[in-house]
This record gives sequence, structure tokens and C-alpha cells, in this order.
Amino acid sequence: MADLLSLSAVEARAALDAGEVSAPELTGAYLAAIEETGALNNYVAVTADKAMEMAEASQARIKAGEAGLIEGIPVGVKDLFCTAGVASTACSKILEGFTPTYESTVTANLWREGGVMLGKINCDEFAMGSANETSAFGPAVNPWQAADGADLVPGGSSGGSASAVAARSALLATGTDTGGSIRQPAAFCGVVGMKPTYGRCSRWGIVAFASSLDQAGPFSRTVADNALMMQAMASHDLKDSTSADTPLPDLMAALDKGVKGMKIGVPSEYVMDGMDSEVVALWEKGQAWLRDAGAELVEISLPHTKYALPAYYIIAPAEASSNLARYDGVRYGLRVEADSLDDMYGETRAAGFGDEVQRRIMIGTYVLSAGYYDAYYLKAQKVRRLIKQDFDTAYETVDAILTPATPTAAFPVGRKVDDPVTNFLNDVFTVPANLAGLPGMAVPAGLNADGLPLGLQILGRPFDEATLYSIGRVIEDAAAFDAVPSRRAGGAS
Amino acid sequence: MSNLVEGRTGEWEVVIGLEVHAQVSTSAKLFSGAPTAFGADPNANVSLVDAAMPGMLPVINQECVRQAIRTGLGLNAEINLFSVFDRKNYFYADLPQGYQISQYKQPIVGEGTLRLDMPDGTTRDIGIERLHLEQDAGKSMHDQHPSKSYIDLNRTGVALMEIVSKPDMRSAAEAAAYVKKLRSILRYLGTCDGNMEEGSLRADVNVSVRRPGDEFGTRTETKNLNSMRFIQQAIDYEVARQIEIIEDGGEIDQETRLFDTGTGTTRAMRSKEDAHDYRYFPDPDLLPLVIDQSEVDELSAGLPELPDAIRDRLTSEYGLSAYDAAVITEERETAAFYEAASAGRDRKLVANWMTVELFGALNKSGESLGACKVSPEALGGLVGLIEDGTISGKIAKDVFADMFETGKDAATIVEEKGLKQVSDSGAIEAMIDEVIAANGDKVEEYRGGKDKLFGFFVGQVMKASKGQANPGMVNQLLRAKLDG
Amino acid sequence: MSVDKATVARIARLARINVPEDRQEQLVGELNGILDWIAELDEVDTGAVEPLASVTGHGLPRRSDEVTDGNRVDEVLANVPETAGGFFVVPKVVE
Repeated sequence: MADLLSLSAVEARAALDAGEVSAPELTGAYLAAIEETGALNNYVAVTADKAMEMAEASQARIKAGEAGLIEGIPVGVKDLFCTAGVASTACSKILEGFTPTYESTVTANLWREGGVMLGKINCDEFAMGSANETSAFGPAVNPWQAADGADLVPGGSSGGSASAVAARSALLATGTDTGGSIRQPAAFCGVVGMKPTYGRCSRWGIVAFASSLDQAGPFSRTVADNALMMQAMASHDLKDSTSADTPLPDLMAALDKGVKGMKIGVPSEYVMDGMDSEVVALWEKGQAWLRDAGAELVEISLPHTKYALPAYYIIAPAEASSNLARYDGVRYGLRVEADSLDDMYGETRAAGFGDEVQRRIMIGTYVLSAGYYDAYYLKAQKVRRLIKQDFDTAYETVDAILTPATPTAAFPVGRKVDDPVTNFLNDVFTVPANLAGLPGMAVPAGLNADGLPLGLQILGRPFDEATLYSIGRVIEDAAAFDAVPSRRAGGAS
Repeated sequence: MSNLVEGRTGEWEVVIGLEVHAQVSTSAKLFSGAPTAFGADPNANVSLVDAAMPGMLPVINQECVRQAIRTGLGLNAEINLFSVFDRKNYFYADLPQGYQISQYKQPIVGEGTLRLDMPDGTTRDIGIERLHLEQDAGKSMHDQHPSKSYIDLNRTGVALMEIVSKPDMRSAAEAAAYVKKLRSILRYLGTCDGNMEEGSLRADVNVSVRRPGDEFGTRTETKNLNSMRFIQQAIDYEVARQIEIIEDGGEIDQETRLFDTGTGTTRAMRSKEDAHDYRYFPDPDLLPLVIDQSEVDELSAGLPELPDAIRDRLTSEYGLSAYDAAVITEERETAAFYEAASAGRDRKLVANWMTVELFGALNKSGESLGACKVSPEALGGLVGLIEDGTISGKIAKDVFADMFETGKDAATIVEEKGLKQVSDSGAIEAMIDEVIAANGDKVEEYRGGKDKLFGFFVGQVMKASKGQANPGMVNQLLRAKLDG
Repeated sequence: MSVDKATVARIARLARINVPEDRQEQLVGELNGILDWIAELDEVDTGAVEPLASVTGHGLPRRSDEVTDGNRVDEVLANVPETAGGFFVVPKVVE
């Protein structure tokens, strides 16, 4: 069993095609792994019967020689994705019991390519959070433990996805990234996470947080697996007006291209006060690896970096305040009865939304309200353009940009912070790519002194995911990251 | 002509602006593929997008864009090649998204003009402020249950054009004329069916009063008026109400009001507007709507001739009266009927026959022109028979009544009933001789100077011919015989 | 710019979240903390900068005018808390 769980998706695909393992066996191993690691609370619903049915069907297709890209590979789905006939709640009480009659485009693509759905995965409520602690299902936990044995957060909002992939309770998992919600948890859990270019993956059927920033992407343990899943999930979707009609290059072919001759930018503004010295050291190591592999490292300037986070915390809540208006107790989900329509709304939304979501709706409502729109929302949109222009200018000279993924390693569950802003700072390196719509990948690159994973982030030009996979593979090889979390399925702890 | 209203303390000028919501004629909704058809079962015309299910996204219907451009062109308005869809945020039971997708700062159509045809034959231009595309809301029913409202989302997401006038109207009659003309243009263009009973065309009226020459007064907005009569009633009521308040020393509240169709009065909405803060911002699920000038040119080239242009042509080229031209051009079908009926005929005579006989008969029977048995060609044929002297105008009226009844053409009826005008001078002379012979005393009187008796003889001859004798020839031959 | 309790109450009302009194007090502090931090943006000179609402490079895609949806009342009402005769049902609304 432990053997099956240690296979990468690419290896598992080969083993499935070679008949060395069957799809139901592989899926069975993962269902058992989910049970074994249940304490991590990274699943909110396990669809075991559906998984076995899908695995049987996969097996038939493999036998018939009709295997899709990820045929027979067990996949966990962030609860933000609507899945037909399976409750989809965005980990919010307000969507309690909501069972869509439709399948999101991304998950439909994955199932069309043979993916096997294991279940729905824990995340921050409506993807709002950086520690997976705002979930109505309680926090998901990082399979990596602190030296003192304390539970650590897996990051967020796609914390459950990163946790599950790291803990071997999913071979692949979907995530969404609005301000770093794939890359930050990937770094905290020591896995590979990719936020593709805005428009690369359809947003249709994904519960919206901030529409101009949201983008779905894959989690995996290896860079190659990530490329494989990316190829399966991306598509041009006529049902999403922001979906891009830009063909996806052959990402598997990009894996072995190397970085020789590439110019890779290192932004001076990403050195920040209070940054973990080990993070800085790892970043320098990453630069050395790429230089050794034949890339030219170039110092660049992204002068408006510092303003990305405050701009993001205007734009994202503004869009969210509007996107979440539909949760009103009329057509689906939670409803708290009241005598008047307004009180029915007010009580339903007070009971259904958690504190963080309420706070963001309030901020978003405020920044859009009469008299404040120009000072906040419009100002943030202008800063957004400056941030994008920073990148446009940088990409005139470099092919990609290397930064740390997070300012620190994972922190303990329940860490008390007085100020909500402290939590926002987790996203300081990841948010700019969302504002500019750029692809960004987090790759595990080493451990800190406490034995916790740290990741590097690679940012690319719009629609140039291929270059990120080339660079990611070089970092992965150089880092030879083979550490495993203690609380993984089949682990010894 | 003065539009001023006499109050107790002097004269008042009425200022009216209209926001007309016109349902765009399309098969599917603005942002979803659900049908726009009227009268479906509750929630049958609803997609998951319309119901605002989680994760659903809008995709714009191409035809809505084109219809809006056509309408803009028909209103001589500026087409904005770059426009933006915004979200207007508010909570209401029939607004599932919690926002309406509309266009706020950058609408698809800018300023234009609409020409009113005044009753005295003059025209007056009313400014168009803008036209934008937006989603219709659903329907709430409050009378089905004592403590509940029932919601039907069939209309949710249907495309509307909101057409905003400048505050250029000065009377209820002008406002009604504006809506009538706008409706006519929309129907010519085929961009809105103009069906007010089904709610395809509704108006919000902004009314204020002021002393002539003063600044604008505070206005009220009375919403959702769906007939010409209600529009006029609501304005008349508001004008009287506002003048009374001001003359009593009060002030007008800027507020939204509802019209009670039963009493013809308006009242302030009970749900308070004070909390409204729509928080408009660009819809991040959509992108700016960029239109190529070539698309505008193509649509422009495909526009039908519009009522103003046809009217001008009918008066200047065909010599019709302003009144006839206005009546004939009000509806596209009528104008087309006229063009077909009058081709190659006496244009004025055909206009006369249409506006008097045909419309009179339609009015009486309650039929529409489309359902009428008289084809344009048949009406033209009738006028042709008059023109060539086959029948007299008097006989033609009888023939027309028959045509209207049976749908037969004029020539057939004339043939079947033997109504052909007698223009054979021998036959007419024979009839005249008979009449003269039978009325010797009258002949003496006439010849003795009683000229007025001439009419008597004409009547007798016509009677003898059963009305079919050519009146001109009867006149001429009779005079020759009597005077000769 | 900062918010007071009355503003918090007004925002909560606009957002249709019935926030209890004591929570409103707390939110004053929390929201002001965020707003103070956001005020960093005032440092940026954005005088001549056009706002950026979407990073998408392509134009607004349009679909053809075809009826491709509707007639799915069962799905529309599949998750509804209260329904009658095919309608959604809510507490009575007074206009």
C-alpha cells in the first residue's frame, strides 16, 4: 500500500497502463489513506462509492486503450468547485446542504481526462483566509508538525488541498488562487502548486470570491505531475467571458527544456522587513541553482510591490461583497426565517457567514459605497495598473521572475493575532501575480531549521506556463526535495 | 401654444423627463440562453445563470448588442464604441444575483434626438440623454398568500434598453406623444415589439414643476407605467399634487412613487429609498464591450426607412398633408401598406381612402391592418377604378364595404354586381330623354330661369341609371339638352 | 478615513448582515485597522493612471441569439428552502 501511495501521478499512469496496478486498487489505497489521515481534517466529504465507480470506469477505458491524460488518478476537489450531485459548500454554513445539479468546467475536464474524484476538500470559507482556519468545517491541519509537535496550519485558502497532497491522501488536488491561495499553502506543505494565467482555467462552476483575480490550478507532489494535471484542467470555455482562447503549449515537453540562456529576474523589492533569514538564504540558493543550470540572473525592480497587498484588500473584498450577495436564503442554502424579507436576509447572512467573510463583505461594501468609491476602489484599480506595468516592463528584459513563495514557514494552528492585517501579510509575495493576472508556481525547495518546508515562487509572462515548468523542474532537481511530512498516510509517526 | 398650468397663485411650467424600459426583441436573454417568451409557467424560462446559482457566469447575447446599436442609430444617437457593464448592487427578492448588470458611466449609446409630430403639423425635437443595456428583474407576486410573496424569475435577465430622455417635455400630452413616437421607431427597427400590456415597454416618469423661467424644481419619479393613459394620468396627478403642495407652502420630496391604476393617483413607495447606495462597479465577470465602427456601419446600412424620413417623403414628394403623413407612418406596416397600395396610383387619393375608409372600417370592426381582408393591391385597384372612371366615388364606397367584408378585389365586385359606370353617351341620352319627357313642367320652369332645378334633373338621371351613369357625362349631356 | 459605529451599522444594513450591537463595536476597530493600513495607497501618485478592472487582453465574447437553456424548473428549485406552485417563496414584501 505504501508503495502505491509513493508513486507520482506520472509513474502511476505508467503503472496503470502497464497493468502493474489497477485503477480501483490505486483509488482504494487513497481512500484508505484518507481514513488513516482523517485527523488532518483535510476532507469535508469523501465520495468513496463514486470514487470506486469512477475507478472501475477508468479501468475499463485503460483496458480499451482509451485512457485520458489522468486516467485512473485519484483527485481531491477543493470544496469551492461545484460538483454535480455532491454537496458543494465553499466550506460555509450559508451553503449548508447545497447540492449542485451541475459540474464545474474544470472538474468536468478532469473527469473527462479520466480523473477519479475522491471527495471534497477543506478550504477557507469562500476561499477567504491564508490558514484554512475560517472553514465552517474547522481547520485543516498541515501534515508537517512543529518541532514541539504542535499542529501547524497548511496555509490557505486551498489548505486542505495542499495538506491532502502532502499527506498522500490525494495524488492530485484542485485549488483556487485569488491572492496566493494555491502557492502559499503549497509552500507551507512542501508540494507543487500552480496558479495559471488569469483566463487559463474556466471559472464556470467555481464559487466566486473575487472574479477578476480568481483562478483555478493544480496541486501535486512533483513538477511533472503538476504539468500533467494542468493540461487536463485548462480549457477555453465559452461559458466564461474571461476565459482565454490561447492554446496551451505542450507542458510535458517543457519539463526537460532546462533554463540555459534564460534571463531570470530577481526583484529587489521582495526583500522585506521581518523576513525569515532562512527564506532569504533559500532564495539565494535558488538563484545559484538556476545560474548553475545556465540561466542568467538579473536584478530587476518592481517598484509598486509594496502596494499590491493594500490594493488587493480593496479590490478582492469589493468584488466579494457583490459576488456573495446571492447567498440570501431564497433559492438555496441556509435560511433563517424572519417576518420581513430584509430580516430574513440579515439573519440568514449573519448566521451563515463566518467572521472573516463578514469582515471582508463589510470592507468591500464600504469601499464601493457612495463617497468612498474614488478614494478606495478606483485608487486601487489605478495601483493595479501600475503593478501590472511593473511586470510588463520587467518582462521586456527577463523571461521569468524568481521570488520566495512566503515570508515564513507554516505557523501553529490557532495562532492569535490582534490585527487581521498580520494574517494578510502571508500573501505579500503572491498577491502581485493575481493583480497582474500572471502565472505563478510554488515549488518546494528546502527545509528550515525546524524541519519545515519552504518554497520558491516562479512568476512568468502571461500564458507562458511552459517556462515556469521548465524552471520549476530545474529547481526541483537541484533541491532534490525528498523530505516527507510525519503525518502522512503510510508514514511511521 | 402654451403648456403652462394655471395654479391658485399663478402659472406653472411642467418639466418632464422619461426613462423608458424597452424589452429588446431577441429569442434568448441578455446573459443566458433561456428564452424570453411571455406567459411561460413559473420559473420555466430560467437558467442556472438567471437563478444566480453559485459559480454561474454571464455571457452576452450578440443580438442584444446589435439591437441596441440599431436603436441608437434610429434615435440619431452617438454609438459608443467602448462601453462597460457595471453591477448595480441592491437586495430584492426578484433580483437573485443581488445586483443588476447594467451600464452606468459608459453606456452603449450616447446623446440623440427624437422628433415629435405636433397636432398642428409642426415638429419638436426631444433630446435623448442615453441608451443602455441592462437586465430585467423577476416578478414578485404579493397577493397569493397573506404573509408570503411568490417569486417568478422568468423575466430575470431579459434584455432591456433603458432609454433616457432629457427633461424636454412640458405636458402630459407631449410625454405621451414622445412614448408613442419612440414606440413607433422601436417597432420600425424591430428592436422592441412595443407591447405595453405584456410589459415590453414601460416608462418611469420624472415630473417637476417650476415658475416659468425658474430653475428646475425637485422632481419625483413614478415608476413602471405600462400604458399611454397611465403615463398621462400619472403626470396630471403629479403636476396637480406638486402645485398644491408648493402653493400651500410645502416642499416636494425627491422620491420614487408608485401609480395606482385603479384610482389614477400616485403614492410614495413604502420601502425606503434612503438606504439605497447602489455601489456601482465594473462587472468583473465581463469585459468592456468594444464595437468596431464597421459593425455600426453595417447595421446602419441595414436599417429600414424610419417614420420621419417616410413622413418627409410623403409630404414633399407625394403632397400629402402633414396629418395624413403622420397617421400613415405611425406604424411600419401601415406605411408599407400605403406604399404598396399607392404605387402607380393617385397618392393623395389612396391616402384619403386609407385614412378615412380603411381606418374607419378597421376601427369599427376592431381588426388590425394585418388581419384585414383588403390587400394593399386591392385598395390600389379600387382607387384605380375611380381614377379611370370605371366607377364613381360614391359607388366605390359600396364596393369598398363589400371588399372589406369578402376580401374580393374591386374589379370582381364591380363586374359581378354590374356596377360599372355607364359612359355610353347614347345610353345616357336615352335616359335623359326619358327624364325630360316625364317632367315637362319642370323643364318649363328650368327654361323659365329656375336654374336650381338642374340638380333635380341630374338626380333623376342618376336614379334612372341606378347610380352608375358617369356623373360628368350626365352633367354635360343634360345641360346640352336642357339648354339646347 | 475611518468608520464609526453608525457607519458600521449602515454598511451592515447595506450588506444585509444583521450585526449585533456588541459586534458592531468590535468591527469599528477591526475595519479601521484595515482601512489605516490600506491608506498606504495614498503615497502612490496615480494622477494620470487609468484604472485597471480586468487583465484580460481579449474583447467581450458574444454568443449567438439562440435559446439553449430554460425548462429546468426541477433544477432551479432543487435546493430551494421554500417553494409553492413552482415559485420561490419569501416573507411578504411591502412596496
